[in-house]
Amino acid sequence: MAPWLGGVVRVVRSAMKSQAVWRWLRQASIIGAVALAAAGCGVVGRGPASTALPAGDNAKTIWDMFIWIFWISVLVFLVVAVVLTIALIRFRERPGETRLPRQIHGNTRLEIAWTLVPVVILAVIAVPTISNIFAFDRDPGPNAIKVKVIGHQWWWEFQYPDYNIVTADDLHIVVNRPVLLEMTSADVIHSFWPPELSGKRDAIPGKTNLWSFTPLKTGEYQGQCAQFCGDQHANMRFRVIVQTQEEFDAWVKQQQQPAADVSNNPLAVKGQQIFFTPSNGCIGCHMINGTQAQGKVGPNLTHFGSRDIIAGGILTNTPENLSKWLTDPQAVKPGAKMVLPRKLTPDEVQALVAYLESLK
Amino acid sequence: MVESAVRLERAHYGRRSKIVEWITTVDHKKIGILYLWTAFAFLLIAGLLALIMRTQLAVPENKLLSPQTYNELFTMHGTIMIFMAVMPLNAAFFNVLVPLMIGARDVAFPRLNAFSYWTFALGGILMLSSFLFGAVPNGGWFGYTPLTSDIRYTPGLHIDFWVFGLQLLGIGTLVSALNFFVTIVNMRAPGMSLMRMPVFVWMTLVTSVLILLAFPSLTVGLFMIMFDRLFGTNFFNPAAGGDPVVWQHLFWIFGHPEVYILVLPPMGIISEILPTFARKPLFGYPFVVFAGIAIAFLSFGVWAHHMFTVGLGTVPNAVFATTTMLIAIPTGVKIFNWLGTLWGGSIRFTTAALYAIAFIPLFTIGGISGVMHASVPLDYQQHDTYFIVAHFHYVLGLGSLTAILAGIYFWFPKMFGRMLDERLGKIQFWVQIIGMNLTFFPMHFLGIDGMERRYYTWPAGFGYEPWHLMATIGAYIQALGFLIFLVNVVKTFRQPATAPADPWDGRTLEWSIPSPPPAYNFARIPIVRGREAWWLEKYGTSHQPTRRPQPATQPPIAGGQPDSEAHHAEDDALLMMHLPNPSWMPLITSIGLTIMAAGGIVYRSESFHSLGFPVIGIGAVIVLISLLGWAFEPIHGSHAPEHA
Repeated sequence: MAPWLGGVVRVVRSAMKSQAVWRWLRQASIIGAVALAAAGCGVVGRGPASTALPAGDNAKTIWDMFIWIFWISVLVFLVVAVVLTIALIRFRERPGETRLPRQIHGNTRLEIAWTLVPVVILAVIAVPTISNIFAFDRDPGPNAIKVKVIGHQWWWEFQYPDYNIVTADDLHIVVNRPVLLEMTSADVIHSFWPPELSGKRDAIPGKTNLWSFTPLKTGEYQGQCAQFCGDQHANMRFRVIVQTQEEFDAWVKQQQQPAADVSNNPLAVKGQQIFFTPSNGCIGCHMINGTQAQGKVGPNLTHFGSRDIIAGGILTNTPENLSKWLTDPQAVKPGAKMVLPRKLTPDEVQALVAYLESLK
Repeated sequence: MVESAVRLERAHYGRRSKIVEWITTVDHKKIGILYLWTAFAFLLIAGLLALIMRTQLAVPENKLLSPQTYNELFTMHGTIMIFMAVMPLNAAFFNVLVPLMIGARDVAFPRLNAFSYWTFALGGILMLSSFLFGAVPNGGWFGYTPLTSDIRYTPGLHIDFWVFGLQLLGIGTLVSALNFFVTIVNMRAPGMSLMRMPVFVWMTLVTSVLILLAFPSLTVGLFMIMFDRLFGTNFFNPAAGGDPVVWQHLFWIFGHPEVYILVLPPMGIISEILPTFARKPLFGYPFVVFAGIAIAFLSFGVWAHHMFTVGLGTVPNAVFATTTMLIAIPTGVKIFNWLGTLWGGSIRFTTAALYAIAFIPLFTIGGISGVMHASVPLDYQQHDTYFIVAHFHYVLGLGSLTAILAGIYFWFPKMFGRMLDERLGKIQFWVQIIGMNLTFFPMHFLGIDGMERRYYTWPAGFGYEPWHLMATIGAYIQALGFLIFLVNVVKTFRQPATAPADPWDGRTLEWSIPSPPPAYNFARIPIVRGREAWWLEKYGTSHQPTRRPQPATQPPIAGGQPDSEAHHAEDDALLMMHLPNPSWMPLITSIGLTIMAAGGIVYRSESFHSLGFPVIGIGAVIVLISLLGWAFEPIHGSHAPEHA
């Protein structure tokens, strides 16, 4: 047995003799049990944006990696904490003590040991780290749905070049079918992050970032911007709707229709007139396919009524919320780029809501 | 001998008022004290900003702060804490301690030292003056382009205050690093070889090198932002062929070494305090020193771990993940050596010791979570979440700041001749440790559950409620801790300065001279016979003394070298002592530079645009004239003139 190992054994044996150490260990185990119980009751995984509830392939890989790196970490911390606690109890100065401890300057064997042990631990962590860096970057193949993701201050634009669809804040994809995202930004740097589905990737102006993942469960997932991008960074949310292939096909078909005809609804017709009056400003920023509204600054509204969320994902798409938004966007989202040239009257707002919501 | 010392000090400062004495001082101890209180004031401001932010975040959908205000607060909290609080607090220790620990009478360039302080103080004031003009920086302490570089995205003068304020702070820091590098290399007492230097001095040396190599990168980046904003260049404008990612490289090539600039000096502090209170030398001194050097070296090769989600590519991500993990090895070596120092010792639980001991496990938590996001896939999830916020607050808040508080309690008697109240100190310790953990530990859970950083508000229904509330309560408890500290300081200063020279049974040279030390520090330059020079003088060079000398038998040491040989030689030594003159020039030069920086901000303003260059010109003239004055300042005067 190596001499330093003998030293370790001696240390452990003398620690075990100490009453105080045992007392401490008993307390620690109680605290540990309570902590574990608390963990079982949902310390994490408490909400719809949790990385602890993975529903995508790379989110799942990451969470599994996290769990065992977490336990290694706990182990390392416990070693430090236990050694420290034993040292503090055993080697505290007693009242009236005039002993001078042995002036030890070091121990080369110990130094080598506590240099090599971390090397081994880190190597264990490094192997899956590096293999997964490459795994995540693999080409998802021709089956992948291609989506162009464009970050704007403060909303997300999603373009499906293969289907000729443009939408905002709602990303529709298919379960168990990879998605290939081409990310960029129209202004400053943003970062695309649906925590339950995948890790994040930055959307950078002047650069195209590729990112791919496969959703494993159908459902609606929260997404958010993860790079500070100005006033409303907190309210640049989006939703990922993971559907079956059939549901997705139906959605695609509906989105490919031209904008709805609203002529049978008089209120909507009035709203349409307000929308297309140039001095009201709407068509300066927004696009409705096949009409004279060709603005490219704000979201494309061709199928506005079919979306779940509006205003960068902070409001659900209901007539009440939309009228709140149109009445005073700056009150709902201070600093938002939606600036009305003049305040709309309640009648005008009502008409606009009727028009926009009919654009299914 | 003591009389002559008194006369010497009188000659030094004789006809000057107290205020003039302080603002013209070139004495490293006084400058250190100025650094300490200025940085501490900034620290309290940054803490207050954090408290307001935590109040906003206590409950979901809170409307207390507008998004604009919140963004200003987190930008200033980070900027102040890093550049105006923790770094200058470290500088306070450099100033007070380095000459005392290496047995020198001052730093190599005393006037330059004063210039560093004034440039830091005025740069900080320029930065804070943005509150008066309603143009508080709002682009984050990291100031990512093109948000910060393009005036379409950040109109107003917010970012300009940040750019020019940081440039000034950077100049102060760079000059100071140069000064301490030269001081440590050239001015060590005879016998103090590099491997006999106290670890704190080593860490100061390493930190100085880090600053000298890292800050220029920030300076260049800031100039590029300045040119984009002031003169319409396109360094970071992708539409004109610029590249915003270049800023991230420049910033983090500075920014990661910066983390170690903030953390290595505290590690030095810990390495001084633990041996003192364990009554045992530092375990594995050469390993601790070389671990520090290794950390510093590696810190220049890990910057892209702040950019794993940028999309640099698989190979860069893999390489930077590996180098980042390597840093954990020397860090671990340090932690184990501190444990080795305590093991087998005779540990006294003073307030300073409590803070120093608490540093070990708390910093370990921050270090371990650092390894977690060194693993790139994990970082894809954790990047820019509260998990990261938790991580670096464990490193810098529960790490650096805890060590700095340990240092303040430890060296307070040396700085001011007074001992801080131990009972209040221990109360403060527990309050603060509980408050800090309550604030920052739940942030790990928030981050795992997807809570993003830099959000001015958060929606209900994501399960964040208990953790955010707990963090806010913790923040108020921390504030209480600082309040207790202030009470302690005020109470202490109302008592007479009666601290002994060596209250803790210290091991390094600063404890061999009175508290506070005389202007000239050492009546005779000490001769160093080994590591922990003062301990050797007290306990003898025999390898294993087993009993402590009784307090009464500790050698009386007023005025320096405990060695009793040739008492009469001390008078001659005093005669040959040269102390630098007080000078106005450092302050005036700093004022000139600050005016130049302010001119840059004026140039960007709409209404006073045309005044910009004239203001810069006035500043430049002041700088030139004061530099001339500096160069031709007479150097006679303080050769103990009344003594003979």
